[in-house]
Amino acid sequence: MNSESARLRWKTWSCSALVVLSNVVGNFFLKRGMPASLAGPEDYILVLFRPMVSFGVLLLILWLAARMALLSWADLSYILPVTSIGYVLVAIVGRLLLNEQISNKRWLGIAFIMAGVALVSGGTAPRTTKPQARGAGVGQ
Amino acid sequence: MKWMMVGIIVAATTVGEVLQAIGMRHHGEIHDFRPGALGRALAVLSRNRYVVASVAAMALSFFAYLELLTVAELSFAVPVTAITYVLETILAKYVLRERVSWLRWAGALLVICGVALVSL
Repeated sequence: MNSESARLRWKTWSCSALVVLSNVVGNFFLKRGMPASLAGPEDYILVLFRPMVSFGVLLLILWLAARMALLSWADLSYILPVTSIGYVLVAIVGRLLLNEQISNKRWLGIAFIMAGVALVSGGTAPRTTKPQARGAGVGQ
Repeated sequence: MKWMMVGIIVAATTVGEVLQAIGMRHHGEIHDFRPGALGRALAVLSRNRYVVASVAAMALSFFAYLELLTVAELSFAVPVTAITYVLETILAKYVLRERVSWLRWAGALLVICGVALVSL
Protein backbone atom coordinates (compact mmCIF):
# COMPACT_ATOMS: atom_id res chain seq x y z
CA MET A 1 0.00 0.00 0.00
CA ASN A 2 1.63 3.31 -1.05
CA SER A 3 1.49 6.42 1.11
CA GLU A 4 -1.26 8.12 -0.95
CA SER A 5 -3.67 5.21 -0.56
CA ALA A 6 -2.69 4.79 3.11
CA ARG A 7 -3.42 8.48 3.71
CA LEU A 8 -6.77 8.23 1.92
CA ARG A 9 -7.74 5.11 3.84
CA TRP A 10 -6.87 6.63 7.24
CA LYS A 11 -8.77 9.82 6.41
CA THR A 12 -11.73 7.78 5.14
CA TRP A 13 -11.90 5.59 8.24
CA SER A 14 -11.74 8.44 10.74
CA CYS A 15 -14.39 10.41 8.85
CA SER A 16 -16.57 7.26 8.55
CA ALA A 17 -16.34 6.78 12.33
CA LEU A 18 -17.61 10.34 12.83
CA VAL A 19 -20.46 9.76 10.33
CA VAL A 20 -21.53 6.57 12.12
CA LEU A 21 -21.28 7.84 15.71
CA SER A 22 -23.06 11.15 15.09
CA ASN A 23 -25.87 9.25 13.31
CA VAL A 24 -26.33 6.59 16.00
CA VAL A 25 -26.23 8.96 18.98
CA GLY A 26 -28.37 11.53 17.12
CA ASN A 27 -31.03 8.91 16.34
CA PHE A 28 -31.06 7.74 19.94
CA PHE A 29 -31.78 11.26 21.25
CA LEU A 30 -34.46 11.81 18.58
CA LYS A 31 -36.30 8.65 19.57
CA ARG A 32 -35.87 9.46 23.27
CA GLY A 33 -37.27 12.96 22.82
CA MET A 34 -40.20 12.27 20.48
CA PRO A 35 -43.71 12.39 21.99
CA ALA A 36 -46.22 9.57 21.42
CA SER A 37 -47.93 11.44 18.57
CA LEU A 38 -47.76 14.62 16.49
CA ALA A 39 -51.20 16.23 16.40
CA GLY A 40 -50.98 19.21 14.01
CA PRO A 41 -48.52 20.73 11.53
CA GLU A 42 -47.18 23.15 14.16
CA ASP A 43 -46.15 20.17 16.30
CA TYR A 44 -43.45 19.29 13.76
CA ILE A 45 -41.76 22.61 14.54
CA LEU A 46 -42.50 22.73 18.28
CA VAL A 47 -41.04 19.28 18.81
CA LEU A 48 -37.65 20.59 17.62
CA PHE A 49 -37.41 22.73 20.78
CA ARG A 50 -37.50 19.77 23.15
CA PRO A 51 -33.96 19.45 24.58
CA MET A 52 -33.50 15.78 23.60
CA VAL A 53 -34.77 16.40 20.07
CA SER A 54 -32.68 19.54 19.52
CA PHE A 55 -29.53 17.72 20.68
CA GLY A 56 -30.39 14.90 18.28
CA VAL A 57 -30.87 17.41 15.46
CA LEU A 58 -27.48 19.04 16.22
CA LEU A 59 -25.80 15.64 15.98
CA LEU A 60 -27.61 14.94 12.70
CA ILE A 61 -26.33 18.27 11.32
CA LEU A 62 -22.82 17.12 12.28
CA TRP A 63 -23.64 13.82 10.52
CA LEU A 64 -24.67 15.68 7.35
CA ALA A 65 -21.45 17.74 7.34
CA ALA A 66 -19.20 14.73 7.98
CA ARG A 67 -20.99 12.75 5.28
CA MET A 68 -20.55 15.59 2.78
CA ALA A 69 -16.84 15.77 3.57
CA LEU A 70 -16.54 12.00 3.11
CA LEU A 71 -18.41 12.12 -0.22
CA SER A 72 -15.98 14.77 -1.48
CA TRP A 73 -13.36 12.05 -1.93
CA ALA A 74 -15.02 8.65 -1.47
CA ASP A 75 -17.51 6.77 -3.70
CA LEU A 76 -21.19 6.58 -2.74
CA SER A 77 -21.12 2.81 -3.40
CA TYR A 78 -18.21 2.59 -0.92
CA ILE A 79 -19.60 4.66 1.93
CA LEU A 80 -23.09 3.09 1.83
CA PRO A 81 -21.96 -0.35 3.05
CA VAL A 82 -19.16 0.99 5.24
CA THR A 83 -21.35 3.37 7.24
CA SER A 84 -24.03 0.68 7.57
CA ILE A 85 -22.16 -0.55 10.68
CA GLY A 86 -24.40 2.11 12.25
CA TYR A 87 -27.39 -0.26 11.84
CA VAL A 88 -25.65 -2.69 14.18
CA LEU A 89 -24.96 0.01 16.74
CA VAL A 90 -28.56 1.28 16.54
CA ALA A 91 -29.85 -2.23 17.30
CA ILE A 92 -27.52 -2.48 20.30
CA VAL A 93 -28.52 0.99 21.52
CA GLY A 94 -32.21 0.03 21.14
CA ARG A 95 -31.57 -3.12 23.18
CA LEU A 96 -29.47 -1.59 25.96
CA LEU A 97 -30.92 1.89 26.37
CA LEU A 98 -34.49 1.73 25.03
CA ASN A 99 -35.30 -1.84 26.19
CA GLU A 100 -36.32 -2.96 22.70
CA GLN A 101 -36.23 -6.75 22.17
CA ILE A 102 -33.64 -8.24 19.82
CA SER A 103 -34.61 -11.69 18.49
CA ASN A 104 -32.19 -14.30 17.13
CA LYS A 105 -33.29 -13.27 13.64
CA ARG A 106 -32.21 -9.70 14.34
CA TRP A 107 -28.80 -10.83 15.63
CA LEU A 108 -28.39 -12.92 12.44
CA GLY A 109 -29.25 -9.82 10.39
CA ILE A 110 -26.65 -7.85 12.34
CA ALA A 111 -24.03 -10.50 11.51
CA PHE A 112 -24.91 -10.19 7.77
CA ILE A 113 -24.51 -6.42 7.92
CA MET A 114 -21.12 -6.69 9.63
CA ALA A 115 -19.95 -9.18 6.99
CA GLY A 116 -21.01 -6.76 4.24
CA VAL A 117 -19.17 -3.89 5.93
CA ALA A 118 -15.98 -5.94 6.32
CA LEU A 119 -16.09 -7.04 2.67
CA VAL A 120 -16.39 -3.55 1.22
CA SER A 121 -14.20 -1.60 3.65
CA GLY A 122 -11.37 -4.13 3.64
CA GLY A 123 -11.62 -5.27 0.04
CA THR A 124 -12.14 -2.17 -2.10
CA ALA A 125 -10.48 1.25 -2.39
CA PRO A 126 -12.61 4.24 -1.33
CA ARG A 127 -12.47 5.91 -4.74
CA THR A 128 -12.83 4.39 -8.22
CA THR A 129 -13.37 7.55 -10.26
CA LYS A 130 -10.77 10.17 -11.13
CA PRO A 131 -10.70 13.14 -8.75
CA GLN A 132 -11.88 16.46 -10.18
CA ALA A 133 -10.92 19.98 -9.17
CA ARG A 134 -8.27 18.77 -6.72
CA GLY A 135 -7.70 21.24 -3.91
CA ALA A 136 -9.33 24.10 -5.78
CA GLY A 137 -12.53 23.82 -3.77
CA VAL A 138 -14.63 25.52 -6.42
CA GLY A 139 -17.56 23.86 -8.18
CA GLN A 140 -17.27 23.20 -11.88
CA MET B 1 -49.49 5.49 7.66
CA LYS B 2 -46.30 3.71 8.66
CA TRP B 3 -45.55 2.46 5.14
CA MET B 4 -46.53 5.73 3.51
CA MET B 5 -43.92 7.47 5.69
CA VAL B 6 -41.37 4.78 4.77
CA GLY B 7 -42.14 5.45 1.08
CA ILE B 8 -41.59 9.20 1.45
CA ILE B 9 -38.39 8.66 3.44
CA VAL B 10 -36.94 6.20 0.91
CA ALA B 11 -37.73 8.37 -2.14
CA ALA B 12 -36.50 11.63 -0.57
CA THR B 13 -33.36 10.04 0.92
CA THR B 14 -32.36 8.37 -2.34
CA VAL B 15 -32.74 11.57 -4.35
CA GLY B 16 -31.06 13.65 -1.63
CA GLU B 17 -28.04 11.40 -1.16
CA VAL B 18 -27.33 10.95 -4.85
CA LEU B 19 -27.56 14.75 -5.37
CA GLN B 20 -25.23 15.18 -2.38
CA ALA B 21 -22.71 12.81 -3.97
CA ILE B 22 -22.90 14.68 -7.30
CA GLY B 23 -22.48 18.05 -5.56
CA MET B 24 -19.50 16.92 -3.48
CA ARG B 25 -17.86 15.31 -6.50
CA HIS B 26 -18.08 18.67 -8.28
CA HIS B 27 -16.59 20.38 -5.24
CA GLY B 28 -13.57 18.07 -5.06
CA GLU B 29 -11.70 16.48 -2.16
CA ILE B 30 -11.65 18.44 1.11
CA HIS B 31 -8.03 18.59 2.32
CA ASP B 32 -8.02 21.27 4.97
CA PHE B 33 -9.95 20.53 8.18
CA ARG B 34 -9.17 23.76 10.08
CA PRO B 35 -12.34 25.65 11.08
CA GLY B 36 -11.70 28.64 8.80
CA ALA B 37 -11.14 26.45 5.76
CA LEU B 38 -14.24 24.38 6.57
CA GLY B 39 -16.26 27.61 6.85
CA ARG B 40 -15.03 28.74 3.43
CA ALA B 41 -15.86 25.31 1.96
CA LEU B 42 -19.35 25.64 3.46
CA ALA B 43 -19.79 29.09 1.85
CA VAL B 44 -18.81 27.64 -1.53
CA LEU B 45 -21.12 24.63 -1.03
CA SER B 46 -24.11 26.83 -0.15
CA ARG B 47 -23.97 28.10 -3.75
CA ASN B 48 -23.73 24.57 -5.18
CA ARG B 49 -27.22 23.83 -6.52
CA TYR B 50 -26.83 20.06 -6.19
CA VAL B 51 -25.96 20.44 -2.50
CA VAL B 52 -28.84 22.89 -1.90
CA ALA B 53 -31.33 20.54 -3.61
CA SER B 54 -29.96 17.59 -1.62
CA VAL B 55 -30.43 19.43 1.69
CA ALA B 56 -34.06 20.22 0.73
CA ALA B 57 -34.74 16.55 -0.10
CA MET B 58 -33.11 15.39 3.13
CA ALA B 59 -35.13 17.89 5.17
CA LEU B 60 -38.34 16.39 3.72
CA SER B 61 -37.04 12.94 4.57
CA PHE B 62 -36.22 14.14 8.11
CA PHE B 63 -39.75 15.35 8.88
CA ALA B 64 -41.25 12.13 7.51
CA TYR B 65 -38.77 10.27 9.72
CA LEU B 66 -39.92 12.22 12.80
CA GLU B 67 -43.49 11.16 12.02
CA LEU B 68 -42.37 7.53 11.62
CA LEU B 69 -40.55 7.61 14.98
CA THR B 70 -43.81 8.47 16.79
CA VAL B 71 -45.44 5.24 15.54
CA ALA B 72 -42.51 2.82 15.17
CA GLU B 73 -39.65 1.38 17.26
CA LEU B 74 -36.17 2.76 16.62
CA SER B 75 -34.96 -0.74 15.75
CA PHE B 76 -37.63 -0.87 13.01
CA ALA B 77 -37.37 2.71 11.73
CA VAL B 78 -33.62 2.77 11.14
CA PRO B 79 -33.15 -0.60 9.36
CA VAL B 80 -36.20 -0.20 7.13
CA THR B 81 -34.73 2.94 5.55
CA ALA B 82 -31.87 0.78 4.22
CA ILE B 83 -34.15 -0.04 1.25
CA THR B 84 -32.35 3.00 -0.19
CA TYR B 85 -29.20 0.85 -0.53
CA VAL B 86 -30.52 -1.04 -3.55
CA LEU B 87 -31.62 2.14 -5.31
CA GLU B 88 -28.52 4.14 -4.43
CA THR B 89 -26.02 1.44 -5.44
CA ILE B 90 -27.75 1.17 -8.84
CA LEU B 91 -27.72 4.97 -9.22
CA ALA B 92 -24.03 5.07 -8.14
CA LYS B 93 -23.24 2.81 -11.09
CA TYR B 94 -25.42 4.40 -13.77
CA VAL B 95 -25.63 8.06 -12.71
CA LEU B 96 -22.37 8.62 -10.83
CA ARG B 97 -20.44 6.19 -13.09
CA GLU B 98 -18.66 4.53 -10.15
CA ARG B 99 -17.00 1.20 -10.79
CA VAL B 100 -19.12 -1.05 -8.59
CA SER B 101 -17.01 -4.22 -8.32
CA TRP B 102 -18.52 -7.62 -7.47
CA LEU B 103 -17.17 -7.17 -3.93
CA ARG B 104 -19.28 -4.03 -3.52
CA TRP B 105 -22.38 -5.70 -4.96
CA ALA B 106 -21.80 -8.64 -2.60
CA GLY B 107 -21.36 -6.27 0.33
CA ALA B 108 -24.52 -4.33 -0.56
CA LEU B 109 -26.47 -7.61 -0.92
CA LEU B 110 -25.28 -8.84 2.49
CA VAL B 111 -26.31 -5.53 4.04
CA ILE B 112 -29.76 -5.72 2.41
CA CYS B 113 -30.31 -9.32 3.61
CA GLY B 114 -29.17 -8.30 7.07
CA VAL B 115 -31.48 -5.32 7.11
CA ALA B 116 -34.42 -7.49 5.99
CA LEU B 117 -33.73 -9.91 8.86
CA VAL B 118 -33.44 -7.08 11.37
CA SER B 119 -36.65 -5.33 10.35
CA LEU B 120 -39.00 -8.28 9.74
